[in-house]
Amino acid sequence: MTFKHAKLLLLAALLLSLLISLFAGRINSYVLFVLYAIGINIILAVSLNLINGYTGQFSLGHAGFMAVGGYTAAVITNQFGDLNAFAAGALFFGALLAGGLLAAVTGLLVGLPTLRLRGDYLAIVTLGFGEIIRVIFQNMNAVGAARGLSVMHGSTNFFWTFGTAAVTIYVVTALVHSTYGRGFIAVRDDEVAAEAMGINTTKYKVTAFVVGAFFAGMAGGLYAHSIQFLTPSGFNFMQSIAIVVMVILGGMGNTPGVIIAAILLTLLPEGLRWLAGIPSLPGIAKAYPFAWVGNTRMIIYSLLLIGLMLTRPQGLFTWKRRPILPA
Amino acid sequence: MTSPSENPLLQTERVTIRFGGLTAVSGLDLQIGRNELIGLIGPNGAGKTTVFNLITGVYQPTEGTILFDGQSITGCKAYRITARGIARTFQNIRLFSSLTVFDNVRTAFHLHLQGDVRHALWRGRAFWAEEKAIATQVLELLEIFHLEKFRAAPAKSLSYGDQRRLEIVRALAARPRLLLLDEPAAGMNSSEKTDLMRLIQFIKGKFQISVLLVEHDMQVVMGICERIAVLDYGVKIAEGRPDEVRRNPKVIEAYLGEERTHDA
Repeated sequence: MTFKHAKLLLLAALLLSLLISLFAGRINSYVLFVLYAIGINIILAVSLNLINGYTGQFSLGHAGFMAVGGYTAAVITNQFGDLNAFAAGALFFGALLAGGLLAAVTGLLVGLPTLRLRGDYLAIVTLGFGEIIRVIFQNMNAVGAARGLSVMHGSTNFFWTFGTAAVTIYVVTALVHSTYGRGFIAVRDDEVAAEAMGINTTKYKVTAFVVGAFFAGMAGGLYAHSIQFLTPSGFNFMQSIAIVVMVILGGMGNTPGVIIAAILLTLLPEGLRWLAGIPSLPGIAKAYPFAWVGNTRMIIYSLLLIGLMLTRPQGLFTWKRRPILPA
Repeated sequence: MTSPSENPLLQTERVTIRFGGLTAVSGLDLQIGRNELIGLIGPNGAGKTTVFNLITGVYQPTEGTILFDGQSITGCKAYRITARGIARTFQNIRLFSSLTVFDNVRTAFHLHLQGDVRHALWRGRAFWAEEKAIATQVLELLEIFHLEKFRAAPAKSLSYGDQRRLEIVRALAARPRLLLLDEPAAGMNSSEKTDLMRLIQFIKGKFQISVLLVEHDMQVVMGICERIAVLDYGVKIAEGRPDEVRRNPKVIEAYLGEERTHDA
């Protein structure tokens, strides 16, 4: 992949998502909700892949950045009542950006002190950070504390979700496919050698955290305006783990793989839910063979993950990355 | 004793480093002239690699100063020292193992990029022109070391000797004025070693650089170095032309032990 027509591809993706969002009224609202979840998970997984996969800084705090972005965007849009379509769109975009930027600032604050840490130590510190963020929201009365925060505007639509996902994919891919951005991979492969090649490893690690946190914040804003109700427990440790699982399953530092993993892991629990829900559909016999799926849905999900990790520890999807050579 | 030029490229003044109670390098005075090929030898554990790590900023000296081109680089971070013009290879190979041969070398061009992150994101004409220019230079460098046929292969798939050569290419891509080679011939057979030494002499002339060569094997350095410094237990015990160093009783003692034990 030479990534030469990337800008055209990005434009095409944006136009396509705009086009689909115009016809979103014809799509079943449950299906739409799942589609938004897919888009949001793609943003989260691809942005975390920049930190964990390409730069090799194992972060377990992605849900924390998501929470910062989600609450920020929700608080902003909640200040406004009914607006016309254009104003609502502009407001939503501004709120998403604000959420992303605040999350990026948080990423900077987390990134700076954690740079001396590696591997397990960094993972523990980022995990602690994510929990701190959650606890702060849990005790912040202005955003409903543990009772949660209602989000008045259901502004998330197909365009914003998949437009943001496309931009995330573009930015991460464009970064790592350049002489500048290959520094991220160099930091992951060998920090000492990277320094010896003149790479400011500190700057690269902070950049990865800031960019990753920015898009996680955007994803948080999209999530808030899709589900329209935020609770601090929605951004707990398990949410961070879920994103990490997508990155590991897709293959660390493999953006297409991570995208596919994000889609599959969003659909899998939903698919199991559907399997369990079939008896409630009209015309299905009572002796439905998959009724047990209902209670054991998440256990099956976990078992599938364990099985995948045992059989494909390098990630579900691996393919050779061809180098860019001069024409 | 031969003296380097009046205006040395690198000069260490009484450089000492202690790790707890261990003094790894003690009061080292070393000068490297411009376009000079100097060897640093010594028995195992003499502190040769520590000297490298001091010069390149991996370690900070406990005492003493290091001057590069007349300016102090003591206490500078490693990446800044590389930017000033000192590049190195590693004794235990440290390539970017997930990247291809080509990308390993290209990563070192990072230092000479005109464009920054905005170029990489916008991917305009300037970005592609620069990437193409870099790619051409990478291939030129790889050709010197006969590695161009492996350009698309992962770095870790190369043979041991090729990986060592690739490290030298990568270091050269940073366009250094001083190249530090840490046991570049380790693990090679004698004909490979001879080839490599010729190559080192060649690149020294072609790129007009100074080379500091650490080598365990005395035979290898004797042939090509203009000057040799000998380190033992962190102290410089001899310095001079290869033939002088070879005859120096202190050097013989460091390598072979005291003479008395042989008399018996």
